[in-house]
Order: sequence, then C-alpha cells, then structure tokens
Amino acid sequence: MSVPLLNDRDVEFLLYEFLDTEKLLERPRYSEHSREIFDASLRTAKTIAEKYFANHLVEGDENEPTLENGIVKMIPETKVAWDAFANAGFLAAHQDYEEGGMQMPEVIFRMVMAYVNAANIGTAAYPFVATGSANLIRAFGSVEQKAKFLTLIMDGRSNGTMCLTEPGQGSALGDITTMAAPADDGTYRVFGQKMFISCADHDIAGNVIHMVLAKIKGAPPGVKGISLFIVPKFLVNDDGSPGERNDVVVAGLNHKMGYRNTTNAALNFGEKDGAIGYLVGEANKGLGYMFQMMNEARIGVALGAAAIAYQGFNHSLDYARQRPQGRLASCKDQLSPQVMLVEHADVRRLLLAQKAYSEGSLAMCLFGSSLFENQNSAPTQELRTRNTQLLDLLTPVIKSWPSKYGCISNDMAIQILGGAGYTREYPVEQLYRDQRLNPIHEGAEAIHGLDLLGRKLSLYGGAGYQFFKEDVAQDIAKAKDFEPIKNLAGKLENAMDVLEKTTQSLQQQMGVDIDRGLANATVYLDMFGRIVGAWIWLKQGIIAAEALSSSLHESDEHFYRGKLQAANYYIEWELPAIEQYAELLQAGNSVPFEMQDEWF
Amino acid sequence: MKILVAVKRVADYNVKVRAKSDNTGPDLANVKMAINPFCEIAVEEAVRLKEKGIATEIIVVSIGAQAAQEQVRTALALGADRGILITTDTDLESLAVAKCLKAVCDNESPDIVLLGKQAIDGDNNHTGQMLGALTGWAQATFASELTIDGDSATVIREVDAGLQTIQIKLPAIVTADLRLNEPRYASLPNIMKAKKKTIDSTTPADLGVDVAPRTTLLKAEPPAERKAGIKVEDVAQLVDKLKNEAKVIS
Repeated sequence: MSVPLLNDRDVEFLLYEFLDTEKLLERPRYSEHSREIFDASLRTAKTIAEKYFANHLVEGDENEPTLENGIVKMIPETKVAWDAFANAGFLAAHQDYEEGGMQMPEVIFRMVMAYVNAANIGTAAYPFVATGSANLIRAFGSVEQKAKFLTLIMDGRSNGTMCLTEPGQGSALGDITTMAAPADDGTYRVFGQKMFISCADHDIAGNVIHMVLAKIKGAPPGVKGISLFIVPKFLVNDDGSPGERNDVVVAGLNHKMGYRNTTNAALNFGEKDGAIGYLVGEANKGLGYMFQMMNEARIGVALGAAAIAYQGFNHSLDYARQRPQGRLASCKDQLSPQVMLVEHADVRRLLLAQKAYSEGSLAMCLFGSSLFENQNSAPTQELRTRNTQLLDLLTPVIKSWPSKYGCISNDMAIQILGGAGYTREYPVEQLYRDQRLNPIHEGAEAIHGLDLLGRKLSLYGGAGYQFFKEDVAQDIAKAKDFEPIKNLAGKLENAMDVLEKTTQSLQQQMGVDIDRGLANATVYLDMFGRIVGAWIWLKQGIIAAEALSSSLHESDEHFYRGKLQAANYYIEWELPAIEQYAELLQAGNSVPFEMQDEWF
Repeated sequence: MKILVAVKRVADYNVKVRAKSDNTGPDLANVKMAINPFCEIAVEEAVRLKEKGIATEIIVVSIGAQAAQEQVRTALALGADRGILITTDTDLESLAVAKCLKAVCDNESPDIVLLGKQAIDGDNNHTGQMLGALTGWAQATFASELTIDGDSATVIREVDAGLQTIQIKLPAIVTADLRLNEPRYASLPNIMKAKKKTIDSTTPADLGVDVAPRTTLLKAEPPAERKAGIKVEDVAQLVDKLKNEAKVIS
C-alpha cells in the first residue's frame, strides 16, 4: 500500500505523547489492559481497514445501494467488512465485560474508528451508527431490552439506526409528527415517516434495530413530548433470531453526493397496523436521552471528517513528492530536470495547511474523546464533573472545526493534483464528496453556532467556559518556557482576550435582542474553533519543542519539526482571522441580519 | 500432535528501510516492526491444524532482542498456546537461528516445525533447510498446501517448474510460501487472552548454542540512484551511445 491510511508515528504521538493514554491503565476499569493490548488492537484495526474497507472504496461509490422489491441490495464487500469488524470484537469493544465487551478505552476505540473511516467512510458508517444505537440502549434501555437487543448489535447480528429527522423536520425536532399509540401488551404502535436515515436497511446483518423518536398520543407539544422507541425491522425471537417482519419499510432511497455506500432512506412506519415499538426509559424524555449520546456521536462525525482530511493530505503529499513539474523561478536552465511538485512553495503551503487541518482535527477529536473518557472514568467526582462541563462546551466546536476545515483540506488536496485531482482516476475527488456531508449531519454548522453561543457558554453557570479559559492559560504558561513557541503562546493569549471581549459583547447584545445577538452565531463558532484549533496546535508544539531540546534520531527530528512548523502555520496564518470577526461581532454589525427577503 | 512455529521480528513490509549513514547496516531505529509475513502464514497454518483437531498444541518461538516478545505475543493472539523467547543481542545468522531451533526441537519434540520460507529482511531462505539438516528430519519447503495423514504429510510445493507434490514422514520441517493461506487478524478477545498465556524466556547460552557470527558485514549502502537521462540529436547518436557507452548492442 503506497499511501497510508493515517500516519502511524502521528497515531503513536497523539495517543501516548499528546494524550497520556497509558495513564488510563491506573484506573480500575483498565487494569486488565496494557499498552501492548492497545497497540495490538490498533494493528488489527489497521489490517481490517486496509484489507476489508479500503478494498471497495471506489466500488461502493460507483455502485450505490439499490432498492429491489422493497429490499436494499449492496455490493457484497460491505458485508465482508462488517463481519470482519464484528468478528474482531470491535462492535463490543468499549462495552463492559459483564455485557460481553472488552472495556476498551474510548480514545483507543475512536482510533480504531479513525482507521476504518480513513479507509472507507461509506462502509465505516455501519459500525459507527451501530455502536451509537448500542450505546443508547446500554445507557437507557431496560434489563430486558439490553438482553434482547444490545447483544444482537454487539456481535454483529443486527445493525442499528438513529431515526430523528422527518420529511418536514430536520434541525427542529420539536415539531416531529411520528406518533406512537400504546397497545394493550405494553408495547407501542408507531406510525409516521422518517427521512435521511443512514444505514436504514441493508443485507449485511440479519436485522436492523431502529432507534425512533416519536410522540405518544396526548404528549405535550414541542421537545418535551418526544419519546424514544426501539423498533426492530424483524421482531426478535427469544433466541435472538429474526422473527416476523415488523411494519416498517423503506419508502425510497436518497441518492447522495458522497458516502454512497451508506444506505440512506426514507422509512415508513405503520403502513398497516403500526410498527411494534418498545419504549426506552420514560415517556417524553426521548430527546434528552438522544442528546446525552450526542457528544459521543458528534465527536464520532468529526473523527470521520478528520480521517477523510487525513487521507486527502496523504494522497496529495504522495503525489506532490512523485510528480515532476516545472522549475523554480530561480532556475534559468530549461534543460535541467523538472522539480517535484513539493518543491514549489505554493504546493508546500497547501500541504502545510492540510497538515494543520487534518492532524489538528484528529488531535482535537481524540482530545474530545479523552474528556469523554474522563467524564466516565476519572478517579474523582470533581474531575468527572469538570470534564463533562468542558466537553459540553467544546462539543459544538469539536464537531464543527474538523468538518468545516476538512472540506477545505480536501479541496486543497484536489488543487495539488490539478486536473488529475478532478478526475475519478484519483481518490481525492471522492474524498471531497464524502467529506461534504460532515458539516451537515449530526447538527448542521449553524445549529452548533446557536448551541455554543445561545446555550453552552452559560450552561452550568458558565463553568465549562471557565474551565476552558483555565486550561488554555495553563498551556500558554507552559509554552512560554520554550523558545521556539514562546511567540505562539503570546498570540494565543491575545486571541483569548479577543474571545473574552467578543463573548461578553455578544452576551450583552443577546440580552437586548436575542435574535440579533444570535444572528452571527456561526461566525462566533468559527472564531471559537480557530482558537481551539490554535490551542490544540500549541499543545502539540509544546511536546515537539520539548522533544527537540534533546538529540533525536533523524526521523523523530523531522517529525517534531513538522509539528512545530504546523503549529507555527496555524497560529501565525489562520488564527489572526478572528480579529476581523471580533470587530464585526463586537460592533454588532447587522448587515446580513438586516437583509430582507424582497431585496434578494 | 505438537507444532512448533518460529516467528521473526522484522521491519514492517510497508517501511522503506534505509542504510545507516555510516554504512554499518540498515537503519532500524524508530522503524515499525512486525512479524515476518511468511512466519505469519506459518502461524495461521498451525492454528488451522489445531482448529481441524489435528494439532493439540502450538508453541511459538522467536529469537532476538527482548522486543521480539511483541511478535510472540501477536502469534499467541492469533491462536498459539504458549511462547518461547530466546533473547540475544547478537545479530543472528541463519545457522545460529537453525541451531537454536534445533535445541528447542530437542526439548519439545514437536511433530511438525512450521517456518516461513524466508524473512523479508535478509531474504536468505536458509533456516528451514538448515534445521532439516541439523535434525535429520524430512523437509518440505515452499509449501502451498499441507495435508496431514497420520504420521506422514502431503505437501504441495511451489517450485520453478510449477507445483510439486511430495509425501514426507513426520516429524518434519515445513516452510510456508505465500499461497499456503491468508492469515487472520487477531480479534480483540484473543488479544486480551494472549496476555495471560505463558512466554518462557531463555538464551542461546542456556540452550548450549554458540551464536557468534561466522561472517562479517563490510558495508551496507543504498542502490545507486538512477541518473537523469539525456536527449540525443538523432538515431545515429543513439545507436552510437547504445553501442559504445551502454554497450548493450554490438
């Protein structure tokens, strides 16, 4: 394989230098684990990704799922990949031993996902959605529901879905119309239509377990009347085998720009007598349950974005190193050999930006996963709470920054390949199409802007934001001890002041007029994202600067120099854009807000 | 039936290995290491024989630095039952490896020794044959199919002329070729289980083997870089250069 999925040296750096993953071994939950086990698990993940996911990246794109007589058909390689992932034990990896899992730490599991995402996001979506559904059942399902449905997903006999969106309702779930009527036996009959359901149907696992948001008849209006139901495609027999067909059918497939090997469909529930559904937890609390799983799912989406950006970076780097093209301006000898693309300054700029986005995204997602890990397994309640609050604040940013800059990164990869990049002979055009979904699903960018500015900043009395400022300040202080990144620390410090002023100003504006104050929340989100991006790069810069202060093997020297250069690039070239945003936001500039429909 | 499988720790096949700047050998510092792919095929074959109920125990052995324990552990995660690690800091030559394996054979009395046909670092293709000579057991190298039948085995070998089928008596040495099987990946539960399997550590000295090298490496250098081509004025000049400079035509 000429172009690697990720960069193994970077994976090692992120897990064991950027994050102190080995420290997790001190926690009772991980006493059976060791670094050797983590590394062996990642080797298996990489093997599976290379052999069973990467092998049909193009084929899956060119042969999207079809609907034949109500049955979704897909290329057979998808099932082989699903089986390999399941048989390796990854679907159950991070679940508890008692539930048949392996108690794999969150960051290691996410790195497993990063490999399969990088290999083939369209196929990786199946395990991704399955583990999300499994987590939902594990957290909120009854003992019986867990016994019946959770094990099915964990051993690969069923996939899962998340049925939130409807033809009429996407981002605003309060107005969903799918209804659930109580039946005499304690179950429910679900009626309605769901839209844009990923992995909605397929022939790769025996069953599909839909996690459906619906309103029980007579429930309060809005988000407070939404309940969560388990609706299996086939009713499940006592031995776990698929039984009678439930009243849920694929109404039609959506034909997408990318992620084409992921079935995406409209589902009809209750065309006949109603689909049999099982209420999860308490009635009317469904959206709350769903949201508790959102941090995880959002980091998961961002991780996909990071992995696709990483692939684009690796492909364009490989191409730039091998493709001779032209000579430098300083070269006057037209008969001299052409230089490689990478020797052109502008190509290196594009590569460096991609490095900053893709490695930065992977680091940011793993950092988010480590907060998620700590929220569950940190030694004290105080630490667990702190991590929860910080993670809640940062989730909109961790979801959005990799998704947005992943698209820009993949765009740059095409640019480096030029005309070749625009053809289907090279994978960068598909990566670009696949990537484009990420700023849309699991909360569109604007939703995260509103979530950050309108909700998360003031959540827990602003504790999350406070912790964020403390943690950044701590790293800035640390970075000032290292000559090569001293100036970067100063720049981030200034940026934090700008952020604070802008935040205060916007909170004041929201107090006066909430619509006006929130009008540019997406711009605020981008500003916040650039600052978190700069922080993540400063953190990496500190490690690199420290490592470079002693003598290193040549390959390590190159590695850390690259990290330092990317930190420099991001903080010197990309962070300053916040100045312009700050000026507009602090002044309450209302040009877009005051634009009127009739004027378009 | 007891099977002994040997695995070698080598640079991962994806790594582009470079010579050290002082030309004293390949630069393996910081290089990702893995089980030699042919050894992995040997492990897989052993595990399949166990799954078929033919083998009862699989012992995996590696010889080299302490770090080779990682490869033994990998083989245990793939399905071997226990491991032996023979540690030494000496750069081992094929004969030293074969002697160590002979000592292990004396101790363990396996019915079959499964090896890779060669390692992707040295590409020597020695050890299996040498071990055959040292033990006096039958050898079937370059195996692409292995069938056990009582106290004999039928092996299809990949030879230059095609495929050769031979029957050998056990105990025997079998070396795996590329097409013998497709190795599995270690599943998570098996990786966890492997942690609890035993690895016995020993040294060549304990086994009574002298591993001192018999040859000396004088120099390791990268292949000469390809020079840029030139443009010729006409066919006559081309022919002239092919004849007098490249000397490929006369």
